Amino acid sequence: MAEKKTPCKHMAAISEKLNEYEYYRKFIVYKDKVLALGNDSLEKTIAIAVALCLVCAVLVSFAAVALKPLQIGNKEDDMKKNILDVAGLLEEGANINTAFAQKIEAKIVDLETGAYVENINANEYDQRKAAKDPAQSVAIPKDKDIAHIRVKAKYAKVFLVKDGGQLKSIILPMHGYGLWSTLYGFLSLDADGQTVQSINFYDQAETPGLGGEVVNPNWRALWKGKKVYAETEQHSAEKGLIAEANVGEPALSLIKGAVDNTRPGSQYQVDGLAGATLTSTGVTNLVRYWMGNEGFAPYLKKVKSVQGS
Amino acid sequence: MSAILNDSILNDETKKVLTAPLVNDNPITLQVLGICSALAVTSQMSTSLIMALALTLVTAFSSAAISAIRNHIPSSIRIIVQMTIIASLVIVVDQLLKAFAYDVSKQLSVFVGLIITNCIVMGRAEGYAMKNPPLESFMDGIGNGLGYSLILVIVAFFRETLGSGKLLGIEVFKLTKDGGWYDPNGLMLLPPSAFFIIGLIIWGVRQWKPAQAEKSEYKIMSIAHGEGGHH
Repeated sequence: MAEKKTPCKHMAAISEKLNEYEYYRKFIVYKDKVLALGNDSLEKTIAIAVALCLVCAVLVSFAAVALKPLQIGNKEDDMKKNILDVAGLLEEGANINTAFAQKIEAKIVDLETGAYVENINANEYDQRKAAKDPAQSVAIPKDKDIAHIRVKAKYAKVFLVKDGGQLKSIILPMHGYGLWSTLYGFLSLDADGQTVQSINFYDQAETPGLGGEVVNPNWRALWKGKKVYAETEQHSAEKGLIAEANVGEPALSLIKGAVDNTRPGSQYQVDGLAGATLTSTGVTNLVRYWMGNEGFAPYLKKVKSVQGS
Repeated sequence: MSAILNDSILNDETKKVLTAPLVNDNPITLQVLGICSALAVTSQMSTSLIMALALTLVTAFSSAAISAIRNHIPSSIRIIVQMTIIASLVIVVDQLLKAFAYDVSKQLSVFVGLIITNCIVMGRAEGYAMKNPPLESFMDGIGNGLGYSLILVIVAFFRETLGSGKLLGIEVFKLTKDGGWYDPNGLMLLPPSAFFIIGLIIWGVRQWKPAQAEKSEYKIMSIAHGEGGHH
């Protein structure tokens, strides 16, 4: 190894200052004593382990804390990008923040009644945080928790796209458990609250190449034009359909293999992900949960009745 | 490469540890280490380059750090000490990517974290850094990282061009679905294609440098003509 570097002026000043403290002098004495010990002595083993953990912990915490603001900024931009994307408004090169501010309106919805909540600032509300706060969330009864999320926020944050006062699309947040991870995403519906425009998962850690294909644009394109709620009864006897649905219940499902568009009920079916049965089931369950009475069904009914009148 | 190094201030040992892993002692083709991430991230050139950079930095700095304290590492907790240092560096790299290259870090997802278990990093720490001074260990880390990068870039080159007709996201072959002539090979986008490409590279390198070929541990017995079959 190269010869020891001579410490610069500042270092000398710092060590002089530190030398005034008794604990520091004791520490130096102890350090020299430990380093002189045989490598296999118990004391040295423990001392090295503790020292290493301290140094590594400081390094990791420093990186995590110092970079946090940048990471949060990235996440927010990414979220806006995802919402614009699911709304079909994402343009290459356009400024995300201005596009978002111009075209998209965030609203808070009370999941139980389906009514808008006006006394909460929609831009500041964080549904994911609220779901973790006991005061702002409700536990989901086990038999209804098909998405395996245990708790949900009382209020959900939805996004509306309007064009000249006319409602163009309704963007609803969804999440639920897949194989390894909780998938977070958006479903965007036409103003009729029935026809799917697009789906987009922005946070997931499913197996790359298999379940991770939920982000594949080709697969996502299959969702366009599908219907959410059953207009006639759907039976699980249909090829690969995971669950049945009565009229008015969410029927949208992933099936095993490819959808045969000539068969009845195909408007409620989307190709399953090849090699990712559990992720596919998870996606079906989370869509059905969030489109059901526990999720956005009351809200969508309200939207429809307002539109009809 | 060697012409540049000859004029430089690097001594022979550093030169050797830096260049040997590129072809003669390549971690992927000769040592057959670090295959899993080579399969996972090589469907695009951009993810491969970032992964290669991340792994090179982690290998170099972890080797240097481990080498710096090598004389004081108790042998009974040797491996866990190395792991702690490697894991800390990987977390720092992951945090940096999330802050400065968010899209790439989303694509790489768990694979940055999995650098911790990449055999190349551990292999160099245990095999080289524990016995050699920090500067050489650092260079050895860079060298092995570059050897890994070289293979990743070659694999990604074939997978991205043949699989999606692009390179670094820029179109090189016009696809049939866009009215061009090239019908992309979907297999190239799936991990198994990397097996074929890496296999072909290993075969090529060992044809070029026969010394790298391993002696076969067993021989398939040849059956004389006419025996067996036709019952």
